[in-house]
Amino acid sequence: MLSIWIASAQNWNVLSIEVNNISKYYGSQAALDDLSFHANEGEILGLLGPNGAGKTTTMKILSCFLTPDNGSASIYGLNPVESPLKVKSILGYLPEHNPLYGSMYVRESLEFIAELHKLKNKGKRIEEVIEITGLGPERNKKIMQLSKGYKQRVGIAQAIIHKPKVLILDEPISGLDPNQIQEIRNLITELKSQSCVIFSSHILQEVESICDRVVILDKGKLVANDIISNVSQMTLAGQNIFVEFAEAVRLQDLIKITKDIRWEKKTAKSFMAQSPAGIEFREMIFDFAVANNNKILEMRSSKVSLESAFKTLTKNKES
Amino acid sequence: MISVFKKELNQFFSSLTAYIVLVAFLILTGSFIWIFSSTSVMNYNYASLGQLFAIAPIAFMFLIPAITMTSFSDERQSGTLELLITKPLSDLDIILGKYFATLALIVIALIPTLAYYYSIYQLGSPKGNIDTGAVIGSYIGLVLLGAIFASIGIFISSLSSNQIVSFITTAFSCFALFWVFDFISSMPSLYGKLDNLVKSLGIEYHYENISKGRIDTRDIVYFLSLIFLFLWLTFVSLNRRNNL
Repeated sequence: MLSIWIASAQNWNVLSIEVNNISKYYGSQAALDDLSFHANEGEILGLLGPNGAGKTTTMKILSCFLTPDNGSASIYGLNPVESPLKVKSILGYLPEHNPLYGSMYVRESLEFIAELHKLKNKGKRIEEVIEITGLGPERNKKIMQLSKGYKQRVGIAQAIIHKPKVLILDEPISGLDPNQIQEIRNLITELKSQSCVIFSSHILQEVESICDRVVILDKGKLVANDIISNVSQMTLAGQNIFVEFAEAVRLQDLIKITKDIRWEKKTAKSFMAQSPAGIEFREMIFDFAVANNNKILEMRSSKVSLESAFKTLTKNKES
Repeated sequence: MISVFKKELNQFFSSLTAYIVLVAFLILTGSFIWIFSSTSVMNYNYASLGQLFAIAPIAFMFLIPAITMTSFSDERQSGTLELLITKPLSDLDIILGKYFATLALIVIALIPTLAYYYSIYQLGSPKGNIDTGAVIGSYIGLVLLGAIFASIGIFISSLSSNQIVSFITTAFSCFALFWVFDFISSMPSLYGKLDNLVKSLGIEYHYENISKGRIDTRDIVYFLSLIFLFLWLTFVSLNRRNNL
């Protein structure tokens, strides 16, 4: 009996964030257009999209800064419009550009935020957060004197000080150097155990390396919402193939094989071919090699990364 | 609200703002009362604090906009307003916290002027020959005046992210609300008809009433309703973030 209960509890995903058909207009321009997605407890959700796709607007709505024009959001069953104070008390939010009170000292700013959250045991928790975010050496400095990486840590420390159930980070790693990125990345991964993390970024490798699931937005609309490998697969319908011939081949001759393939010359002997969905052209390449008395040294299908998925899914915007 | 209030006061005193405001206010009022010969109480031959209450509104017109221009404009510009709004605080907590912090600074600026009262009290002939009732009324008037100017300043500061725009607009609005109705009411075409009504729309009319030591509920209601109006407008303006 107990084992059945435990098994069912393990399979039961707690929905921590639900976004239902949200639209938001700035004047006549739709920043978000009928957007729906959800996030589970203990999950890191990446929010991706080109500039102006609506990532920040989505986060501002979830964090009670903006109200949606249509649709509703729910954070652990609470509606940010109807009960903002309750939502804000279980939510940690790091806004884009990480606004901080530059004239405050690091500790002072953490005390202020702890006070806003009415934390008991303030001092102990502040010490803990300073420890977690590695702010120790800079604790007695004014925030305006800190480097960008440390400022970012202060921002994150402020966002996690009340152990939020939901953590929303808007571009937490933009402008950091690779070492700092690694540290913040570790930090976010550690936080996953206690909260659901929503995280937006332009840096696709970041999303790929720490997120469990990814939501891709374009012009306020949802274009993908799935685990990362599935999103990559979605665009795998077309193929990327790398071919290396034994002898040099002219690009013009390859283009003649079929119009639908896009060829890219790497060296005189090696080429990258990209085809739309539904065209099997590996045999054609083989036949081409035989007909020209050439040999194929290597032919492999390359892995489609999240980056190319992103490019494909948001192509309209880019072009 | 209390944490915002404390934070604002801390910020005033950890930057130069508070000290400049306090020093400027005391130098300005002090020099008119004691130093400039045309207005000095020494040449006036009456033991009165009238000069203080005449010059203080003008000082407030410049100093209060300087305090309030940081309150929302600065937070909007640096983005920290978003930080505050997304913490477990209501918009009203933020507005009132900032408002009362400004008001507290104004009261702190007024406290040292009690020394003027004490000096004139001692200098009076016979000693203590000063209309204490009028002085108490004037102080109440001055605090209420500061409270109105602060609410105007907070409101205007919530409209713009530019501190200079906030400062100039607030200073001009305070000036207009204080005096312009008085000027209009003195136009010959209004004489004997609407002049009293127009005059009573301005702040000066009510400020003068209270300064005479006559605390009338009509004046108090006037002051409180203006304060309420501007704080409510601030509330509306903060909500405007949704339509930008």
